[in-house]
Amino acid sequence: MKVIGKPYPKVDAGPKVTGAAVYADDLNLPRTLHCKILRSPHPHARILSIDTSKAQRIPGVKAVVTGRDLPIRYGILPVSQDERALEFEKVRYVGDPVAAVAATEEEIAAAACDAIEVEYEVLEPVMSITEALKPPKDERIHASRAPLNIHRLLSYEFGDMEAGWARAEHVREDVFFYQGNTHLPMEQHSATAQYVDGKLTLWSSTQVVHYVHRALAKVLELPMHRIRVIGATHGGGFGGKTDPFAHEIVVAKLAMLTGRPVKCTLTREEVFYAHRGRHPVLMHVKTGVDGEGRITAMHFRSALDGGGYGSYGVASTFYTGVLQTVTYNIPAYKFEGCRLFTNKAPCGPKRGHGTPQPRFALELHLDKIAAEIGLDPVELKRRNFVKPFSRTVNWLRVTSCGLEECTNRVLEASGYAQRRRTRGRGMGFAVSTYMSGAGTAIYWNDMPHSEVQIKVDRGGVTVYCGAMDIGQGSDQVLAHVVAEELGVEPSDVRLVTADTDTTPIDLGSYSSRVTFMAGNAAVEAARKMRALLVEAVAEKMEVHGDLSEIEVGDGRIGDFTVSEAFELAEAKFGALSTAGSYKPPRIGGPFKGSGVGPSPAYSYSAAVVEVDVDERTGIVTPLHVWIAHDIGRAINPMLVEGQVEGSVYMALGEALMEEQEYRKGRHKWPSMLEYKSPTFLEMPPIESFLVETDDPEGPYGAKEAGQGPLLPIMPALNAAVHDALGVWIDEVPVTPEKVLKALESGRFGPKAFPEVPWPEEPIRVEPPAPDDLRVGPEFEAAFGVSGAH
Amino acid sequence: MNALDRRSRAVYAQTQFDMLNELDRQVDRRVVTLDVNGEPHQVLVPVHRTLLEVLREDLALTGTKHGCELGECGTCTVLVDGEPALSCLLLPVQVEGAAITTVEGIAAGSELTPLQKAFAELGAAQCGYCTPGMLLSAQALLERQPDPSEAEIREALAGNLCRCTGYLKIIEAVRLTAHRRQAR
Amino acid sequence: MLRLPRFRYERPATARGAAALAAELGSRAMLVAGGTDLFPKMKRRQFTPEVLVQVPARRAIEGDARTGFELGATVTLTQASRHPALVTAYPGYAEAAGLVSSPPLRNAGTIGGNLCVDTRCNYYDMSFEWRKSIGFCMKRDGDICLVAPGSPRCWALSSSDTAPVAIALGATVVLAGPDGERELPVAALYRDDGIDYLAKQPHEVVVSLRLPPADGTTTAYVKLRRRGSIDFPIAGCGVALKLDGVVVESARLVLSAVGSHPVEARAADEFLAGKRLDPETIRQAAELAAKPAKPLDNADLSYVWRKKMVRVVVEQALQQALGRAVA
Repeated sequence: MKVIGKPYPKVDAGPKVTGAAVYADDLNLPRTLHCKILRSPHPHARILSIDTSKAQRIPGVKAVVTGRDLPIRYGILPVSQDERALEFEKVRYVGDPVAAVAATEEEIAAAACDAIEVEYEVLEPVMSITEALKPPKDERIHASRAPLNIHRLLSYEFGDMEAGWARAEHVREDVFFYQGNTHLPMEQHSATAQYVDGKLTLWSSTQVVHYVHRALAKVLELPMHRIRVIGATHGGGFGGKTDPFAHEIVVAKLAMLTGRPVKCTLTREEVFYAHRGRHPVLMHVKTGVDGEGRITAMHFRSALDGGGYGSYGVASTFYTGVLQTVTYNIPAYKFEGCRLFTNKAPCGPKRGHGTPQPRFALELHLDKIAAEIGLDPVELKRRNFVKPFSRTVNWLRVTSCGLEECTNRVLEASGYAQRRRTRGRGMGFAVSTYMSGAGTAIYWNDMPHSEVQIKVDRGGVTVYCGAMDIGQGSDQVLAHVVAEELGVEPSDVRLVTADTDTTPIDLGSYSSRVTFMAGNAAVEAARKMRALLVEAVAEKMEVHGDLSEIEVGDGRIGDFTVSEAFELAEAKFGALSTAGSYKPPRIGGPFKGSGVGPSPAYSYSAAVVEVDVDERTGIVTPLHVWIAHDIGRAINPMLVEGQVEGSVYMALGEALMEEQEYRKGRHKWPSMLEYKSPTFLEMPPIESFLVETDDPEGPYGAKEAGQGPLLPIMPALNAAVHDALGVWIDEVPVTPEKVLKALESGRFGPKAFPEVPWPEEPIRVEPPAPDDLRVGPEFEAAFGVSGAH
Repeated sequence: MNALDRRSRAVYAQTQFDMLNELDRQVDRRVVTLDVNGEPHQVLVPVHRTLLEVLREDLALTGTKHGCELGECGTCTVLVDGEPALSCLLLPVQVEGAAITTVEGIAAGSELTPLQKAFAELGAAQCGYCTPGMLLSAQALLERQPDPSEAEIREALAGNLCRCTGYLKIIEAVRLTAHRRQAR
Repeated sequence: MLRLPRFRYERPATARGAAALAAELGSRAMLVAGGTDLFPKMKRRQFTPEVLVQVPARRAIEGDARTGFELGATVTLTQASRHPALVTAYPGYAEAAGLVSSPPLRNAGTIGGNLCVDTRCNYYDMSFEWRKSIGFCMKRDGDICLVAPGSPRCWALSSSDTAPVAIALGATVVLAGPDGERELPVAALYRDDGIDYLAKQPHEVVVSLRLPPADGTTTAYVKLRRRGSIDFPIAGCGVALKLDGVVVESARLVLSAVGSHPVEARAADEFLAGKRLDPETIRQAAELAAKPAKPLDNADLSYVWRKKMVRVVVEQALQQALGRAVA
C-alpha cells in the first residue's frame, strides 16, 4: 500500500496553523444581527408570564422571540422529543432557554434580555439520583410514562442466571459512583443563520449537520430541501455538539423574522449549560466466578442522573449495560438500567458514551474479586477475555479482537509484573472495548449510514461527504483512502464535507463511526472510479482481459500520469463521478431494544497507569501511562496516536479533577478557571502502541480510535492508587480528600444502591450459539427479524 | 422549597446595576493606532472594546480565537512586543505603540515558519482552536530560549489549554523546531 | 462573547494625578493597572465603574540585596519573577510572583495589582446571571453571605500570592494620594473583611513596593492549588527566616487564602524564635500556624481538606527556606 499506514499531515493543518480556518464564530456576514438568549435562573419552575415589551422598545432590538414562536418539541432521539428551543410553560434547569433577542449589537441584545420580565412559580428542584427516586415534593420534572422522576427503566436477562449463580464458587457485590463531567471544547458553540428567498442556511459548530437539519425542518416546519446546514471548521466537540441545540433553532427563526443574518455564540458559562456531557452514574454489580476465576453470571445495575431532558439518555442508559459482554465472556447476564430526570443541565454523549462508567465499575470489581480469591487481577481478566469471532450472550457479534496482544504490550512495556512494591507508588491495569459506529441509525430506516461521491476532472480529485471533521482528522482519512485507490497524494485530494446542500448524507461525527462507515463508503466510490480510470487506460495501452497488471500508484495509472488518465477516462465516459455508500449489516438480536450495542466491529484497549500518591495530602500524581489500542489497521498512524493521547488526557481529567458539580440548584463552577481541566503541567508521558488486527469489515481493516482509549484509564488509575496504598476509591474523580478518607476506613465510595421500581419481569432473551457469526439477510431469515430494526 | 429561590425575585429588584442601565452610559470613543503584524491600523473604537474584539471584529483578524474571555484559557493569546498576552484582557488604548503579533502575522508571506510546519507535520493541531495561541506562546519561548527543555516548554505553555491533543504532540513540535534551528 | 460594560478611560500622567482624579470621582471610578483582575470582574459585572483611571507606568526594579529593592507598582509579575538580583536575594518573593496564575497573565499582571487583588469566593466570582440566579451576596448587590448565611460579614478569601512573602519580609508600599505620598507596611494594607479588604483609601494609588535589605534573610513561598498553572491559591505560606546556623533568630510566617486578609501566624513566629529548626520544631510550628485558619466552603476542593493542608504547606515552606539557608 502506498499511503495507507503512513503518517501524513492533516489536510486542514495549513489553514489551522495560519489562522485561515474559518470557525463558526469567525463568520461575519454583512448586516449580521447578534442574538442573546435569556435563560432560566431557577432549576425548576413554572413560567407564569413572559413580558417582552420593554425589550422590544430598546433601540437596536430587531426581534424578540419566546417559546410561543417555536412551540414544536424536538430531541435527538425519536423516543424523547422533549425539548423546546425556548420554553414557555416550564423550566427544568438553570440555563434552560426562555427567550431570545436579535439586535444590532451584542451588548444591546444582552441588555434586552435583561429587560424581559418573566414571572415564575418556583418549584422544588430535584438534584440527585436518590431524590429523583422519591415522590416529588411539588411535581415531576416531566410527565414521563415511568413513575417518580424516572425517565426510562430497562431490564434484561440473557441466558440462565440461576444456573450461573449455581455454578459460582465465589460471589461478590460492589457499588460504585462515577461523577458527571463535561466536554469543555475550547470553542464555544456558535451558529449563524441566513434566510433569503425562502431558503434557510445555517452555519454551525455542530458534529452532526444531518440531525441539526432534521430538527430545523421539524421545528420551523420547513421542508428539508429548503434548509442548508453547513458545518464550519470545528473547534472541538467530544460529543458535546452532537445534539441539535436551542441556539441553532433560535438564530434560524430570528433570521426568518428579520430577513438578516443572525449569529449566536454561547459564552463559556452557557456552554456548561448546553452540556450533554457524562452522566453521573451509580452502579451495583454482582458477579459469580467458578474455582478458576471464570465468570459464571453477572448482574449489573445502573442509575443515571440525566438532568433536565432526554437528549441521548435512553441510548446512554443502554450503553451502561450492553458492552460488558464484549470484553469478558459472561455466560449469563442480567442488566437493569434506570435514567432519572433531575433539575440539572441535560446529560448526553461524551467520548465513550455511557461506557466509561460501567467500565470503571467492572474493572475495579474484577480486581476486587481477584484479590479475594487470591488471583492476579491481570490473570483473572485474561481468563475471561472474550474470544475473537464469537457471539456474546446478548447477541453482539465480535470480530477481530486484540485484547491479548494489547495486554501483552502494556504489561511488557510497563514492567507491571516486576514492579517494585513501594508504599505510595503503584500501577494499575485495565482493558476496554468500544464500538466502531453504532450498527443502528438513530432514525431507523433502510438508508445508508454514509455516502461518498467522487468527482474527477482537470487533473484533480474531489471527495464529497456529509461527515464533519471535528479535529480528529476524518477529512484526512477520506483523502487517504481515495488517494490510495487512485494513486494520488492525499494532499492532492480536495474535500467538500458537512454541507447538506452539496454533500451526500453521513450521519455525523459521533459513535466513532466516521473512519469505519465514511471510510468504507469512500473505498467503494474510489474503487468504482479506479475501475473507470483503469478501463480507459487499458484501452489506450491495448491491454485486454486481465486489467490487474495495470498498476495504480505514485501518481501513475499504467503508462500514464493520473491527470492523463483522468483525461482519457473523461473522454471515454463523459463527466466522471462515482458514489459509494455504507450500511452496517443487521447484527442485533431478535428482541426489543437490541438496536443499542451492535457495531460492525469493536476496538480494544489495554492500559497500565503508574501513580504516585502522597499519603499526607492524598494528592495523586500520574507518572506514566502505557496504552495499547487495537485499531484494526491504522490508516494514518499519526492521527491514531493523536486520538489515543487525547483520549488518555481527557480520561486523566475525569479520573482526577473534572466534575460537573451542583450546589443549591446551580452549577457550582461554570468557568474554565474553576472547572479543572489538566494543563501542560498535569500531563504525564504516554507510551502508546497500535495493535493491528485487520478487521474483515473495516476499511483496509481499520476500526475506531477516538473513544476506546479513554475507557481503561480511570479504572487503571484507581487500581494504581490501590496498588500504592491498599485502599479502594470506588468513585471518580479521585480527589485528595477521598484518598485521605479512604486511608481512614480502607475504602471511599457509595454505600448502597437505591431502591428502584424495576419491572417485575425482565425481558428474557435466549442466548445465541457463541459461534454463530451470521449477519445481514441470512441472519434476518434465520431469526425472523426484519431489516428495519 | 429553597429559601433562596423564593427570595430571588425580590432580590432582582435590588441590584445596583443591570444591563439596561449600561446602555444609558455614553460611549467613550477613541481613535487608536495599532501596529498589528507590522501594519499600522487606525481605528475608531469604543474604549471598552477589548483588543480581542477589535482584532476579530474591526480588523477581521479572526485567527485570534477566544474560549472564555476571562483570562482563564489562553486561547486569545497574542504577542505584545514579543511577549504572550491575553487579548481578552487588554484595551487597545493600552497597547498603542506596541508591536502586536497575531497568528496571521507569524508566517513570512505564504511560507510557513518552522514552528508552524512542525505543528502541521506532527499533528499538534487537531481541532486547531487553541493552535494560534499555542503557536504564539511557543514562538515567544523559542525567542527567549532557543533550546528549551521539556520542563521549560510545559511551563511556558501552561497558560494555554488544549482539549484535543493531550499536549504531547505540541511539546514534540516545539522541540522539533528547536532541534531544527540548532542543526542549521 | 463576554464584553466589558461601557466606561470612560482616563490616563493621568502621574500617580498623584491619578489619585486626585479617582478621589474626585469617588465610587464612580476605579484604578486599573494590568487589568487582569479588574477586567474579568467587570465582564461579570462585579465591578461597574463609570470611569477607569489608568495607574501610570512605573516599571523599574531598583536597588540590590544590600540596599533593598524598590519595585515600581506596574512591574509585571513576569519581570519580578525573572529579575536576577531579586531572584537571588528574595527567591520566595520572586517565586510567589512566578506562581500567580499563568504565563500570559503574568505578562500583564502587575506586582501592585497582585497586592490589591480582590478577595475571592466561589459564590461571588461568577457571572451577573449566575449571581442573579442564586441571589446576590453582600459583596455585590446583595445583603447576605451565601457561604455562611447567618454571618454579618463577608468571608471572601485573600488570594494574593505575593502579599504573604512581602509581609513576612517586612516590606512597605508607597501610596500616592491627591496630596502626596505615604509609606505603609504591607501588613497594614489589609483589613480582615471580605468586602473592605484594603486599608488604603480607594483612590490611593500604589506607587511602589519596597523590600528591605536582605541581610541574611531567606524566603520561601509554597502555594497549594489544583493545577500547576492558572489557579488561585487555596492555601499558601510565605516565610522569611533569619537563621544562625540552624537556630532561628527570627521567623515570620504569613498565610494566603485562609482568611479575608493575609493571615500572620504570630504564635508560630514566637514559637520558632531561638529554636533549632529540626523536623519536630517545624511540625509544631506548622501546627501553631495552621490553628487560626478556618477555611469555608467557598474555594476549590473541600474546606475540611484545605484546613488539613495548611499545616502541610507551612511545613513545606519552612523546609524550603531552611534548605535555602543551609545551601
